[in-house]
Amino acid sequence: MVAVDQRLQQVRFKVPATPEDIATLKIGSIVYLDGVIYTGREGVYNRVIEQGERIPLELPAVSNVNFHCSPAAAIEPDGSYNVGGVTATASFRFSKWMGKWFELSGAKIIIGKGGMSGQDYRDLFVPAGAIYLTTVGYGTGALLGRGIKRVIDVFWAEELGNAQAMWVFEVQNFGPFLVDSDLEGNSLFEQQGQLINANLESLYADLKPPALSRFGETDNRKDELI
Amino acid sequence: MIPYDCIEQAAFNIMERAAIDIPEDYRQSIVELADTEQSELSCFVLKTMIENYGAATADRRPMCADTGLPRYYVKVGNDARPEGGFIALEKALRSATARATHDIPLRPNRVHPLWRTDLNNNVGINAPEIDWSFEPDVDWIDLTTVHKGGLFGTDYRMLFPGDGIDGIKRFLLDALIAFGKRGLACQPAIVGVGLGGSKDACMVLGKQAACLRIVGDRHPDPKIAKLEMELKDLGNSIGMGPMGFVGSSMVADLHIEVGYTHTGGMPMSVHTFCLASRRATVRIHADGHLEYRTDPQWFSKYSRRETVEWSQ
Ligand code: SF4
Repeated sequence: MVAVDQRLQQVRFKVPATPEDIATLKIGSIVYLDGVIYTGREGVYNRVIEQGERIPLELPAVSNVNFHCSPAAAIEPDGSYNVGGVTATASFRFSKWMGKWFELSGAKIIIGKGGMSGQDYRDLFVPAGAIYLTTVGYGTGALLGRGIKRVIDVFWAEELGNAQAMWVFEVQNFGPFLVDSDLEGNSLFEQQGQLINANLESLYADLKPPALSRFGETDNRKDELI
Repeated sequence: MIPYDCIEQAAFNIMERAAIDIPEDYRQSIVELADTEQSELSCFVLKTMIENYGAATADRRPMCADTGLPRYYVKVGNDARPEGGFIALEKALRSATARATHDIPLRPNRVHPLWRTDLNNNVGINAPEIDWSFEPDVDWIDLTTVHKGGLFGTDYRMLFPGDGIDGIKRFLLDALIAFGKRGLACQPAIVGVGLGGSKDACMVLGKQAACLRIVGDRHPDPKIAKLEMELKDLGNSIGMGPMGFVGSSMVADLHIEVGYTHTGGMPMSVHTFCLASRRATVRIHADGHLEYRTDPQWFSKYSRRETVEWSQ
C-alpha cells in the first residue's frame, strides 16, 4: 500500500469560503469544511431558474457552497430531523443550470459526484471564480453524515419531496472531498481519464471483431449494423 | 404456521442490517485491494471507504445515503406455511419497506416514472420488487434484501454464438470502461454477468449473480469458474480504479450465471454491485426463530438444475 496521507495535500477551511482559500486549492487536494452548506439539485434549480422563485435564504452571505445531494433523512411529525447518511448525486446532469445558478446564488464551491465536463469548468466555473469538489468513493454516506452537526432548515420539502428539497446544514470537519477543478479549469477526472485512455486500445488488440455491430460504433443512423 | 408479525419484523431487520453493515466478504476484498493498489489516489479512495464502513456500523447510520432501490428476494421452502398465505407475505414486505424507510431512515428514492410522485416510503406501483424462488424438502423462508444503487453500471447486448469468449470480453470491457469513467459505477464492484436465457431472464440472472453471490464464491461448473477468474483479471487490467482514477481496483469479484437460450444467440448482461454492496438475509424457521447472515445462498443445485425431474 502506498502511504497516501503524506503525499496528498490536505486542507480544512471555513464556509463561506474566501477567494484566498479557493485560490490555494490544487486538483487532487483533500478538503474538509466547517460552516453552513445547502443542497440543491434539479428540483431546486427548476423552481428558482425556470419558475423564477426567490431563493429562500440569504445567499451567498449564509453559504457559498452548493451540495448536489439528497440526504437519507426523515422529517419527524414533530418537525425534528433524523439525518442518517449523506451522499452526493451525479453532477453532470445539472450542467444546463449551473451558469445561471452561479449568478443568482454567488456559489463558489460545488460539491457533487463525478465532476462536470472540462468544458463546463472552463465556460461556467472559471468565469464565476468557482471550483468543484467531488465526494470520495462515492458511497461515503456515513462519514459525511457524521460531519453534519445540525439541520438549520429545509425548504420545499412538501413541494419537492425530501430527496429534492433544499436542506441547509451546519457542518463540522465535513469531508473528505477531492478537488476536481481549480480556478484555471484544470480537471482531475479529465487528467486521470486521459492517462487511462492511452492504454485502452491495447485491451482490445487480440479480440476478434463482433459478429454484429451496434450503435455506438457508428453514429450514422443510416448505416446497417451487419 | 409462520406468524405474519414475525415475517414483517424480520423483513424490517434485514433492511436495517443491509443499509448499515457492509458484508464482511466485500469489506475484506476492499482491504485486500487497498493492499495491492499502487496508485495513491485510488488507494486513498479505498481507505476512505473502509473508514466509512466503520463509521456506519459505529453510528448505526446508512453507509451510503443513496440507499438504492430496496427490494426483496424470497426463497420459500416447499413445506413453509406463512400466516395469511403469500398475499400476506407480500403485504409484510411492503409494510417493512415503508417502516424501514422512515425509521432507519432510508432515502425515499422511489418515484412514479412519469409524474415523479414520491410517497416517501419506497413503496409504489410494482415496488418494492419481490423475486420468488423455491427450495424442496424444507419448511423455512429465506428473505434477502438488496439495496442496489441504480443509475449506472448495467447493460445488455445480444451476442451471437460466433462471437464466442472474445465477444463476451469485448462487451465486458465496453461496459466497465464506459461506466467506470469518473467512477459512476462506484467501483470496485462485484460484477454479475448473465449469459443466455431470454432477454429479460438474462438481465435477471446477471443481476442476481452480482447481488446474491458473495466475494470468493465460484460457479460449480469448473469451466465457468475459470472464466469468472479470467474476466475478473481482465477487468482489473484496464488500468482503472475507484472513481475512474488510474489504478488496478476495478472488480472485487465477478460472477457468471447461465440459462439455456435461443440456439441462434448468446444474450449477455453486465451488472455492477457498488462500493455499498448491501445485502442481508434472514432465515425464518417454521417456529418463528430468526437466523441472520450476509450470504443469500440464492443459487442452489435446485435452482440451477437442467433436468425435468428433481432428485437430490
Ligand atoms: S452506486 Fe452505490 S456507492 Fe455509489 S452512490 Fe449509488 S448506492 Fe452509493
